[in-house]
Amino acid sequence: MRGLICGPKLAACGIVLSMWGVIMLGMLGIFFTTHSAVLIEDVPLKDEDLTPDPNPPQRIYELYNKVGYNCFIAAAIYILFGAFSCCQMKLNKQKEYLVH
Amino acid sequence: MLARPRSRGVSEATVKMCSLLRGEEMCLAQLFLQSGSAYDCISELGELGLVEFRDLNPNVNSFQRKHVNEIKKCEEMERILGYLLREIKKADISLPDRDVNPVTPLPKHVITIMEQLQRLEVELGEVTRNKEKLQKNLLELTEYTHMLRITRSFVQRSAEREHLEAQYEEFPFLEKDAMMDYSSMQRLGAKLGFISGLIQRVKIEAFERMLWRVCKGYTILSYAEVEEYLEDPDTGEPMQSVVFLISYWGDQIGQKVKKICDCYHCHLYPYPSSNEERNDVVEGLRTRIQDLHTVLHRTEDYLKQVLIKASESVYTWVIQVKKMKAIYYILNQCSFDVTNKCLIAEVWCPVNDIPTLRRALEEGSRKSGATVPSFVNRLPTTDTPPTLIRTNKFTSGFQNIVDAYGVGTYREVNPAPFTIITFPFLFAVMFGDLGHGAIMFLSAAWMVLYENNRKLKNTRNEIWNTFFEGRYIILMMGLFSIYTGLIYNDCFSKSLNIFGSGWSVRAMFENNVWDSSVISGNGVLTLDPNITGVFKGPYPLGIDPIWNLASNRLTFLNSYKMKMSVILGIIHMSFGVVLSTFNHLHFRKKYNLYLVFLPELLFMLCLFGYLVFMILYKWLFFTVKDSRHAPSILIQFINMFLMQSDTMQPLYPGQAGLQVFLLVIALLSVPVLLLGKPVYLYWLQNGSHRLGMYRGYERVRRNSEEELYLMRAHDMEEGSSLSDFSTSGEHNTEEFNFADEFLHQAIHTIEYCLGCVSNTASYLRLWALSLAHAQLSEVLWAMVMRIGLRMDTSLGVLFLVPVFGLFAVLTVSILLVMEGLSAFLHALRLHWVEFQNKFYSGTGVKFCPFSFSLLPSSFEHDGLL
Repeated sequence: MRGLICGPKLAACGIVLSMWGVIMLGMLGIFFTTHSAVLIEDVPLKDEDLTPDPNPPQRIYELYNKVGYNCFIAAAIYILFGAFSCCQMKLNKQKEYLVH
Repeated sequence: MLARPRSRGVSEATVKMCSLLRGEEMCLAQLFLQSGSAYDCISELGELGLVEFRDLNPNVNSFQRKHVNEIKKCEEMERILGYLLREIKKADISLPDRDVNPVTPLPKHVITIMEQLQRLEVELGEVTRNKEKLQKNLLELTEYTHMLRITRSFVQRSAEREHLEAQYEEFPFLEKDAMMDYSSMQRLGAKLGFISGLIQRVKIEAFERMLWRVCKGYTILSYAEVEEYLEDPDTGEPMQSVVFLISYWGDQIGQKVKKICDCYHCHLYPYPSSNEERNDVVEGLRTRIQDLHTVLHRTEDYLKQVLIKASESVYTWVIQVKKMKAIYYILNQCSFDVTNKCLIAEVWCPVNDIPTLRRALEEGSRKSGATVPSFVNRLPTTDTPPTLIRTNKFTSGFQNIVDAYGVGTYREVNPAPFTIITFPFLFAVMFGDLGHGAIMFLSAAWMVLYENNRKLKNTRNEIWNTFFEGRYIILMMGLFSIYTGLIYNDCFSKSLNIFGSGWSVRAMFENNVWDSSVISGNGVLTLDPNITGVFKGPYPLGIDPIWNLASNRLTFLNSYKMKMSVILGIIHMSFGVVLSTFNHLHFRKKYNLYLVFLPELLFMLCLFGYLVFMILYKWLFFTVKDSRHAPSILIQFINMFLMQSDTMQPLYPGQAGLQVFLLVIALLSVPVLLLGKPVYLYWLQNGSHRLGMYRGYERVRRNSEEELYLMRAHDMEEGSSLSDFSTSGEHNTEEFNFADEFLHQAIHTIEYCLGCVSNTASYLRLWALSLAHAQLSEVLWAMVMRIGLRMDTSLGVLFLVPVFGLFAVLTVSILLVMEGLSAFLHALRLHWVEFQNKFYSGTGVKFCPFSFSLLPSSFEHDGLL
């Protein structure tokens, strides 16, 4: 069977992990781009960012947006990973139905 | 002999309603089975799984029982079936679908099954033996071929030697020791002989040395290693061999050499004397090996055919034999009546199932074609019946965790229906995270949706089976955890701001309390709710999300969670005490209500119920403005016991008087609890002489056995035994009973009163575990996820992918599995100890009906099925 790399259990774990990753990273991305205050500690602040800003929240907002886009890209990578796991699962199911 | 239908109908209706609360009403019944139809009747009962048989011959050895021969036959069949299953498993044949449920074979059909099995065993044995012989033959021939091939190379060498020796025929080897005893005539007349064969590689040096020492140079040994691993014909294991060729002079040397070869377990093969003979032998060997291969293939195919044919019906046979053996086992437990024509069996049967039992007996009698039907007869008894609680797939999990502590006494209140809600709730209080609860709920939902999938149901993995059996419990736990996660406002350690926070930082600036100099000058600032606009009102559902950003979050949450734990604990324990009234009322011990339940409840509520009242009062009536002067509840509570009320500011007016009143009530209820019941029972015994005689007169009047049976059965249902009111009042036994009763009650009082304090404190584990879970969750986020999110570099985004994978794995393994099991265990302990010791005795025996589907199978245990 060409292309069969993982067994059925590993493929199932991959599917579950990527579903969780897509949902959670997607929501994290949304919360970062809407500048949620609870996530302030997860934004990469440097000391100069805390000095008074002529345009008060914009710098912080830009940082928020950057992390948000990072999360979206990671969610997209997890979609690919999920598709790969689905393929492996289908190949495994095909192998099961072959006569042995 | 049978009870009157009218009264039974009424009791039936009430009993049917409280099956999960209390357990079924059971009765002891006698089955009168005709000898001819006993087998079929018991088979019908086994299919239905209605009744539990009692052993009427407990003192009889299992070898002296009546049907021991039939059981031996069954075990013989099981042995053959085990052999068959092992062979089938070795040949890697898969067994067909296992949904069939064959009926029990009649005794006359048993012989056919037995014959079939024996024939199969003999055939299989023969074929297997033949196959082994053929394989051994094949291996020997293979060795012979190798030997011939390798000794061909020796031939050239020894041909040279022959030439050399031909010259010196009169004189043996020059290397030989001249001081030999052999006469030269013997040497001259000796012929050259060859012995060839194979020997294990590890033995070749010793072999060579032995040959040289014994034969003193009259032999020449040449050997070469076989490159590939050959299989030993005797053991079938691969080994490395060496081909050797010994040339010798003289018969006696030949004998010695042969003996040495025997000692070293060599495989000897005849050596061809000339090249033509060698080629002929090689050709012959080749054809023989080919033939053997074909024959072996055919034999293996035939074996596989036999096994496949057997595998189609082996499962049916296994079940049939199992059922038969079970029936004979039950038949052994019955006894014969006086006429020796009828079997008597005693069974425990739920009262509601007696009509079904009758119908089953009729069916069995009809199937066996008996003329006289078998029938049922209810027996009155003073033995305690086993407890049966009917559950469905949802309630069975919760009933199992209650039964794990102790099966309920007959007709006692069952804590399981309340556990369905309180157990997941207490778990959720300790687990309290929306995200983790959602994952738990989804995984349990997957198990529930796929519960009819055969592969999931029939795995042998013990740990998986445990989780699968408890899938409904996990489902409820996950659901309740989502709710408490909303209340604690905790989702993977982050709070959700759904409604908008009730605190406003802007108001601190608007009121000129803070300005930029204050902010740059201080590391930590405090939001003061006394200033207008800062605190706009409580968050509608749960904890305000701003607490997630506060540095004094734990101080606030600790106070909240500790008070909540105490409140939940007192409610849970009071509920347990209230449940004991059900038992008191059912067992017709009304005096327990006034002498045990009332003092217990008063003690608990006057002391700890008052604590709950103080907590709630302080929460409701003390506002932000009074927060600096609010009295500490713990100090107030301690002062209540020390009766010092003047040092502190009271919580509410009239507190001192009320506290004294409550304390007096609580203290008075202790002696009532200690002495009330024993004194009352003692007074009842002494003053009951007249009562007893009155009952005896009544008994004499009702001389119909039926009414006597009814009265006794009625009493048995109510749980009071006649001995309570016996007229044979030996004062010795009564005195003894009083001391016993008093001791029992004293222990109960001490346990209860001290237990109130310690159990209330024990509920603080609800706070402790929820704190631990929240902190672990926060640490995991801070140490794993934050690293991934804070990555600044352009490749940082790719780093987030494995970081999230690690976060997911650690969440599942640490926070879900480890913390989940921990919270499960503590919630279970709270139920088993703190809740159930208020009302549950748990000293019953579980009802195990005779049912074919519940019988264990030794084959499944060995993994053969």
